[in-house]
Amino acid sequence: MMDRFRMIFQYFQSNSESVMNGICGLLTLASIKMYTCIEFSCPCLPQYNMAYGLGIMFVPPIALFLCGLILNRQSLVMLEEWSRPQGRRKKDLAVIRYLCSSIMQRAMVAPAAWIIVTLLDGKCLICAFSGSMDPENFVDFASASPVQVQQLLAKVPCKDEELMRNNTSHKAVSSYLRCWSQALGWSILLILIIAAFLARWLRPCFNQAALMQARHWSNYIDIEQKIFEETCCEHSRLFAHKCILHFFESMRQEIKLHSFSLPRQGKGTEGEEDLLRGITDQDQVNKLLKTWYYEKPPLDVSKATQRHPLGQERSSLPRADSPRTGSQFPQHSDV
Amino acid sequence: MDKFRMIFQFLQSNQESFMNGICGIMALASTQIYSAFDFNCPCLPRYNLAYGLGILLVPPFILFLLGFVLNNNISMLAEEWRRPRGQRRKDPAVLRYMFCSMAQRAMIAPVVWVSVTLLDGKCITCAFCTSVPVETLGNASHPGLSQGDIKRVLARIPCKEIYDGQELIANEVAVRYLRCISQALGWCFVLLMTMLAFLVRSLRPCFTQAAFLKSRYWSHYIDIERKLFDETCTEHARSFAKVCIQQFFESMSTDLVAAHCHLPRKDPEDAGEATEKLLGITDWDTMNTALKSWHRCKPALNLHPPALPTGNGWAGEGQPPVHPPVPQKEMAAYYSWV
Repeated sequence: MMDRFRMIFQYFQSNSESVMNGICGLLTLASIKMYTCIEFSCPCLPQYNMAYGLGIMFVPPIALFLCGLILNRQSLVMLEEWSRPQGRRKKDLAVIRYLCSSIMQRAMVAPAAWIIVTLLDGKCLICAFSGSMDPENFVDFASASPVQVQQLLAKVPCKDEELMRNNTSHKAVSSYLRCWSQALGWSILLILIIAAFLARWLRPCFNQAALMQARHWSNYIDIEQKIFEETCCEHSRLFAHKCILHFFESMRQEIKLHSFSLPRQGKGTEGEEDLLRGITDQDQVNKLLKTWYYEKPPLDVSKATQRHPLGQERSSLPRADSPRTGSQFPQHSDV
Repeated sequence: MDKFRMIFQFLQSNQESFMNGICGIMALASTQIYSAFDFNCPCLPRYNLAYGLGILLVPPFILFLLGFVLNNNISMLAEEWRRPRGQRRKDPAVLRYMFCSMAQRAMIAPVVWVSVTLLDGKCITCAFCTSVPVETLGNASHPGLSQGDIKRVLARIPCKEIYDGQELIANEVAVRYLRCISQALGWCFVLLMTMLAFLVRSLRPCFTQAAFLKSRYWSHYIDIERKLFDETCTEHARSFAKVCIQQFFESMSTDLVAAHCHLPRKDPEDAGEATEKLLGITDWDTMNTALKSWHRCKPALNLHPPALPTGNGWAGEGQPPVHPPVPQKEMAAYYSWV
């Protein structure tokens, strides 16, 4: 079971493009699910309808767009490539443009899905524009006074009981607006799909070689960054290991120096004694832990520093050198 | 576990079988979208036809284009079509095959949508309710209604709540009539499509089977070749990056050895695998310098000769591979960074 999951993860991670496509798809499904879960409640007041309706239609897409940018690993890669100093490697603007367009395209899918689902459902538009309808077209509204008309029109999205007497016109307004909303939704979807189709069809016709180069080098930058992080992780692991070994070693030497009765060298296995590293009773362990907290060893695992013991509390101990907290190399001004 | 891997490999190996999967999913999705979609006839004379036919025809067009967009082969087809001839001939039969296979798969979801819409009946009812034959079905001699009024009344047939022409023609009668026509159209459409698919599949082997096998083989070949090329490039990029980073760390430690002459040499007994892996970076300052240098001054994309035979720089940067630099030169370069 775990193997299966691991295989699925490996499959997706092997190709970072498919990871991003997966995230994009998930975000789109999440946006559709969110729309169906959220309870849309139009305020049904003349001043607030339009703000609420248009707000629900446009604010979540902005949030989804930003989410899409954040969740995309390529954004960080692109920003880093854009902001780095030139150094010894020329900057290729084509790569940055390619990354930017790829990120934007993926980030736009979820907001577009939200807007289209909103329009196809119709509630937002009905809420926003019911107050802007021309009352002359609807029999029951034409007879009311202007102020009343505004109130009545604003109440159309809410199916209040008192409006049952205006049943026909209420439904007519609602139906008319929903029809327009759905037509708009389908039109936008059609335009987007045609644009996507043309983009996919026509792209290889223009400068395919440059596109392949840009794609390769953007992939390279991504891989290089990953490998650099892995190398640094491995290096820091080894560094930490050595640092801690040196610390234990220096603690052991200090204890040897200070203890009058050396622990008897028993006939135990060599391996176990090595693992204990000379720290064999409660006091020694406590001292080691306290020293680890109060005086962390310097970040320096070259051989020179490990000859100098740590620990400051025994001031009576003659020291060969003063304790160091930094590197033994001359300090660089820029660190 | 092996079964899973086999399935993945099977799907990945052949773009066609992957597309078959996508195609099936899209067909199911189109029925789901239709049932989720809230059909809302405007019940106004001029708008009914536009709305009904729009819902009947626009989503299938969208699904058709979506079938093309989701198909990776489309960029492969365009690439194959537009590439310069070079040393490889272009075979129009292969291009035709690719296009036909893509178009066939893309047509499935729209056909499903149209069938479901016609069989359901709401679209046709909405679109053609004003054309109901009132003389045969209803009371055509109902007095006092002009043509425009009759149209307005008939337009409300799909909206039962606001229908006010019960004397002219009964709502149920009209709806039944329209729905019956719609379903007949739907079944005829399904029959037609199925027969067409059957004819295409059964008659094709009678004509040009050899040419068909050839085109299919070469279109699969182009697909596989492109995938392998991408994989090879990725592998190359990975190896390139590894060597580049290794040389970067080596050059950092060489710089420091040159700059700090009093650094004690490595003790022989300490020369283990771990020390080698530390890449010569053994303290806080050095690591910070390395990290800063990585951002401020990325190494050139130009691996030294012992690692790779040729140096691959950026497009346009044609540096010849250099010999390993003399320490003094590197020291000068190092100080100029900081």
